[in-house]
Amino acid sequence: MRAVITVIGKDVVGILAKVSGACAQCNVNVTEVTQSVLQDVFAMIMMSDIKDCNIPFTDFAAKMGELGKDMGLSIHVMHEDIFNSMHRI
Amino acid sequence: MLNAGDILETITMIQDENLDIRTVTMGISLLDCIDSDIDKACDKVYEKITRYAKELVPVCNDIEAQFGIPIINKRIAVTPVAMLAAACQSQNIVKFAVTLEKAANTVGVNFIGGYSALVQKGFASGDYALIESIPEALSITDHVCASVNIGSTKAGINMDAVAMMGRIIRQCSEKTADRECIGAAKLVVFCNAPEDNPFMAGAFHGAGEPDCVINVGVSGPGVVRAVLAKSKDLDLTGVADLIKKTAFKITRMGQLVAMEASKRLCVPFGIVDLSLAPTPAIGDSVAHILEEMGLETCGACGTTAALALLNDAVKKGGVMASSHVGGLSGAFIPVSEDAGMIAAAQKGILTIEKLEAMTAVCSVGLDMVIIPGDTPAEVISGIIADEAAIGMVNFKTTAVRLIPAIGKKAGEELNFGGLLGYGPIMKVNTASPLQFIKRGGRIPAPMQALKN
Repeated sequence: MRAVITVIGKDVVGILAKVSGACAQCNVNVTEVTQSVLQDVFAMIMMSDIKDCNIPFTDFAAKMGELGKDMGLSIHVMHEDIFNSMHRI
Repeated sequence: MLNAGDILETITMIQDENLDIRTVTMGISLLDCIDSDIDKACDKVYEKITRYAKELVPVCNDIEAQFGIPIINKRIAVTPVAMLAAACQSQNIVKFAVTLEKAANTVGVNFIGGYSALVQKGFASGDYALIESIPEALSITDHVCASVNIGSTKAGINMDAVAMMGRIIRQCSEKTADRECIGAAKLVVFCNAPEDNPFMAGAFHGAGEPDCVINVGVSGPGVVRAVLAKSKDLDLTGVADLIKKTAFKITRMGQLVAMEASKRLCVPFGIVDLSLAPTPAIGDSVAHILEEMGLETCGACGTTAALALLNDAVKKGGVMASSHVGGLSGAFIPVSEDAGMIAAAQKGILTIEKLEAMTAVCSVGLDMVIIPGDTPAEVISGIIADEAAIGMVNFKTTAVRLIPAIGKKAGEELNFGGLLGYGPIMKVNTASPLQFIKRGGRIPAPMQALKN
């Protein structure tokens, strides 16, 4: 099962480190990362494998949301299926 | 690999444009709960609903968290209670409403629909008693919704029921006059009522439905408005295409949630209702879509054409995105539940006559329209008859949900709170249709009914 983690907000030092650190803590494997910085706005999309996640998915999503709040960023964790169903025929 | 733009588009739709699943509605048949002893019947009803819907709310909350999509309402629709009342009609029918309320509270749903009767061709045993009990049932419960189908293309319009419903709507308001007349907001009068509608107040579980089923209603007026706002130079063919594409995406999300809910609850998937259901929240308005198309205010000349385009494009976009489409499917125009409609009505630009014209091309009818408290019952019946005629002749669902604001006049306001919203009291033409309504009988089915 794969999840999409999106991180959007003002660029600061260490975003990638903190987000991927939180993933590692939960045993979530990051498989792909794309990121861009446009006029100070940082946008990162991480594909991750959550099949071995050591906490329930909803807790993981909540934890990442909290991390985002602490860092002043908006972090969302959503199941890959939602994007596949909306954007693929 | 998913495209970054697509991912961000989905997140913007949910975060900024109020995209949500409006309702996951579980339909439950109560035909096996019929009993000549009303207390026994109520026990069976309570037991069955709480057993079937026990997991509905937790499962929906889980899906919400997993996909990151808000599911605003979890609801239940049951077999029209008049069918149960038929077996025990000399008894106090309101007990069924109390039982439904108790069951709704136990399983934690937002609404339970099905305190209903289908009388398009005439009153069967139980129908009359049920309809008479609606005002009391809606005044002593919070979650129960009632509906009455008084006409259809196949059967014509039951004018005796139309006359009765004018009076019943007034009584619903009178009995809840101390609570903003909320009773009438939970009662819909239908022509061509669909049997699988997941939306309240008109949801009920038709006799042809399976024992239990999951129906999903999507929403998303904010998303449609936002894409139109970014495309100001398109002609109307382009506008229709853009709406179709957006409706497709919204509906795919509905289909995904419906399939997941069906799988987890081990209940067959019924339909997705392709709807643009507004809420009073800013940015979640159908009227604002019409204004985005180029109307100064919803209700201006051109509104009916714009709504026709919108309604058609929503269906065309949605129909390929779902394996089964049903319910009401189309754009809703409930006045008090739509910020743009409220504003247009306050300005006096959106009138009941214009709304009536709009109902000929949209998915439902005169919905959540607040009228002066002294509007006579026969005038309400006249409005119902007009709406039913539009539905009957055009082979479409039409509905009337009017709220007479007891003790108040045109220009004042009622505020229901929550999704039901608030709105100004709209002026009604009170020239009397009394003699016409008093004739009673049945308006014959139109030629359109003879399709075989």
